[in-house]
Amino acid sequence: MDYPHLEVNNLTFQRSGTKILDIEKLSINKGEFFVIIGPNGAGKSTLLRLLALLEKPSSGKLIINREVIDNSSNRLAVRRRMAMVFQDSLLFASSVFENVAYGLKARRYSKNQIGKRVRDVLVKLSISHLADRKASELSGGEAQRVSLARALVLNPEILLLDEPLASLDPPTREVFRTDLIRLVKEEKLTAVFVTQYRTEAQILADRVAVLIDGKILQVGTPEEIFNYPEKEEVARFVGCEILVPGIIEVNNEGLAIVKVKDNEIEAVTPVREGEEVIVCIRPEEITLGIDSKSEERTSARNKFLSKITQIRHNGILTKVDLDCGFPLVAVVTKKSAEELGLVKDKEVTASFKATAVHVIRRG
Amino acid sequence: MKNLFKKSIVILIALLMGFQLFLVGCTSKKEDKSKETEKKEPLTEIILATTTSTMDTGLLDELLPMFEEEENIRIKPVAVGTGEAIAMGQQGEADVLLVHARQSEDQFMADGYGSVRKDVMYNDFVIIGSEADSAGIKGLKSAMEALKKIAQKENVFISRGDDSGTHKKEKKLWEKAEITPSGDWYVQSGQGMGETIRITDQKQAYTLADRGTYLATKKSISLEILVEKDKDLLNPYGVIAVNPEKFPKVKNKEAMKFINWITSYDVQKFISTFGKDEYGQALFVPDSEEWKEKH
Amino acid sequence: MNLIIEGVKQAFLLLLEGDSELIQITLLSIKVSGSAVLISMSIGIPLGLLIALSDFPGRRLAVALINTGMGFPPVVVGLAVAMFLWRSGPLGFLNILYTPVAMVAAQVIIAFPIIAGLTLAAIQQLDPRLSLQALALGASRFQVLLTLIREARLATLAAIMAGFGGVISEVGAVMMVGGNIKGQTRVLTTATVMEVRMGHFAMAIALSIILMSLVFAVNYLLTTIQQKGETPWITHIWK
Repeated sequence: MDYPHLEVNNLTFQRSGTKILDIEKLSINKGEFFVIIGPNGAGKSTLLRLLALLEKPSSGKLIINREVIDNSSNRLAVRRRMAMVFQDSLLFASSVFENVAYGLKARRYSKNQIGKRVRDVLVKLSISHLADRKASELSGGEAQRVSLARALVLNPEILLLDEPLASLDPPTREVFRTDLIRLVKEEKLTAVFVTQYRTEAQILADRVAVLIDGKILQVGTPEEIFNYPEKEEVARFVGCEILVPGIIEVNNEGLAIVKVKDNEIEAVTPVREGEEVIVCIRPEEITLGIDSKSEERTSARNKFLSKITQIRHNGILTKVDLDCGFPLVAVVTKKSAEELGLVKDKEVTASFKATAVHVIRRG
Repeated sequence: MKNLFKKSIVILIALLMGFQLFLVGCTSKKEDKSKETEKKEPLTEIILATTTSTMDTGLLDELLPMFEEEENIRIKPVAVGTGEAIAMGQQGEADVLLVHARQSEDQFMADGYGSVRKDVMYNDFVIIGSEADSAGIKGLKSAMEALKKIAQKENVFISRGDDSGTHKKEKKLWEKAEITPSGDWYVQSGQGMGETIRITDQKQAYTLADRGTYLATKKSISLEILVEKDKDLLNPYGVIAVNPEKFPKVKNKEAMKFINWITSYDVQKFISTFGKDEYGQALFVPDSEEWKEKH
Repeated sequence: MNLIIEGVKQAFLLLLEGDSELIQITLLSIKVSGSAVLISMSIGIPLGLLIALSDFPGRRLAVALINTGMGFPPVVVGLAVAMFLWRSGPLGFLNILYTPVAMVAAQVIIAFPIIAGLTLAAIQQLDPRLSLQALALGASRFQVLLTLIREARLATLAAIMAGFGGVISEVGAVMMVGGNIKGQTRVLTTATVMEVRMGHFAMAIALSIILMSLVFAVNYLLTTIQQKGETPWITHIWK
């Protein structure tokens, strides 16, 4: 298919005078597992609801399979080609079987057809043994499986999921996630998945869109988004805790020197000399060493002598705030922190690769 | 969203309502048909406003079907308090009245609400009380005297207190005795005759009752007739046609048919026998012009 | 005490005899109140649903009116309806005063606020996202409404039972607009009042027994439907 499965053009959504969404363009391809990430309140759920035709946009166009959806379209017919799973299972007060059969009943399938399809999907999701159980008696994980089954049984063209894993405990989440991606790929569905967790995007997505304050700031593969954030807000959202302003001094075929305060940082970036930028380094990409004169061989070209300004213990990880003329944040395991004897005011070397330096154009 | 929804609901409601009214209308017609399969359906209905005590005697249950058969007119007896019956007449909501409140009836005619009034019958009231009779009124010939004694002794007396014919009669007796009854001993029940008798029995007190209701409840109470047959205790009934000039909607022709029928000799004769089977005595004495001519 | 025993004895005799007047009065009660409840359901349930799901100016007033209507004295309703149906009243031309039709009308006015008000509360208690989920599974708007009613079926059926209970047992309205006319508009409640007034206690008790059995039978049926598949789920409190 050489046209997108789902397309959005100049879509806006307003409520009580505030603009919640303002999206110039968004394209989702057939068979893609498309993830929309963003912080709480970004408008992700609203966007999903608009895609699902559960709400009408204030302006703009929604195009599905090259068909423009507007007020004259048979919205019900289009809606019936999609299915949605929410964060809370929202099961109906009946048995699991009845729940899964709901959409089929609404579409007036025969009893036989319903029976077969429901049983098949229950097997796929390994919940056949729950068929006659009352929805109210299920555990959280089981309920979400039913919710997913309820959507998959409809063979939707597009499967929409609004943070379906958020209410599950970590082990359940992992199993569910694995089954989800497997089933979606098996059935070759187009999936639009909304989440605020970066890790889910990294694991599940073919492509990611970052939605912040109602606007899509960047679309790309997970690698592109996480390693090459193009805007400050995206960078912050994908985990760069350090964002410092600087300017490109030299750029030698991609290998550049960025002047940050009085320091020079080596970075890999296409940004040209003289341009103002923001430098972003992820905490996990910084290595700490105690002896500046040590023989430690690292391939890091950036080495800075820094003073520890703060140490924050966070479970098994320890965050170390540093000052080397500009602020840095590193993260080590608690064990390493103890082994290195990290305390406030101690001097350490912070090193990181040139490739770990993400350079974002200012403005 | 709402338009389609509202439309379907309106249709659903209309269908259901139509169906229900059809059901109800159908079944009531069916009842008519089963009762009168040989006659044609009654063409007109008239509303007879009467009193609960009249109704409770059971006379109308026997009389009215006879009228319906003979004259082919459906009659709806609405039994309410005397005040309400008169009021219905004053509003033209009834076609004919059958009540027993002479003063109100005369006023009704004087005010032009009725076109024709005729005497029909009378029954009588009795003063009943417990066997103990602490006021000692048993056998007195004057009802007024009896009430005087009850008031003097301040024995408990239960009044209807509802402006019914019985209550009006009671009030006239107090007036005659020049007593305004008040105090703990004078209790107003505000209820029908049967209930008032019950209350009187419960309290072993005195009350004024129409003979008919007393006879009907006699089995289940312990009160006796202590004073009777005083002229003051007579309870005359009048039948009145509501004035069609004032209320063009009333069915005057049929109302007159009823009046002429109930005052006719044969019907009067029937009235004179009513109650004999059940109570051993007649409850009513016929009093129409036709009857009095021949008696 | 004797009287009560005598009364109950006679009542059973009358019932076993199958007195035709008794049967006729009972049938009319069922017809009138049954029709009233059915009509009230067809008005009340959609109305409750609609108000629960929409916002419009004056909504709170509408809800307050319905809630007030739930507790309205039947005799007041009867008086109001009677005034409309009097010959001198605006609807006098219909000529339905003192007929079962008027009785049904009055009872509809009594029952539908009960059913509407309780349905309204029932729907408001549902998770508002359920309708979104139903739509997202391809239900049409009408199907979503049916789904909501089904989700709230416990409370909705309770509403119907309350509506039925309210009208089968009232006497004020049917007395006013019906007139308790023998063979035409006499129902169980008005007949009972009349028999009491006349001192015929056996008959009154018989009528009362029938009335209560009727109410019980209908409610048993509706309860069975309501509780189908339900098991008490809070019992662990006691264990």
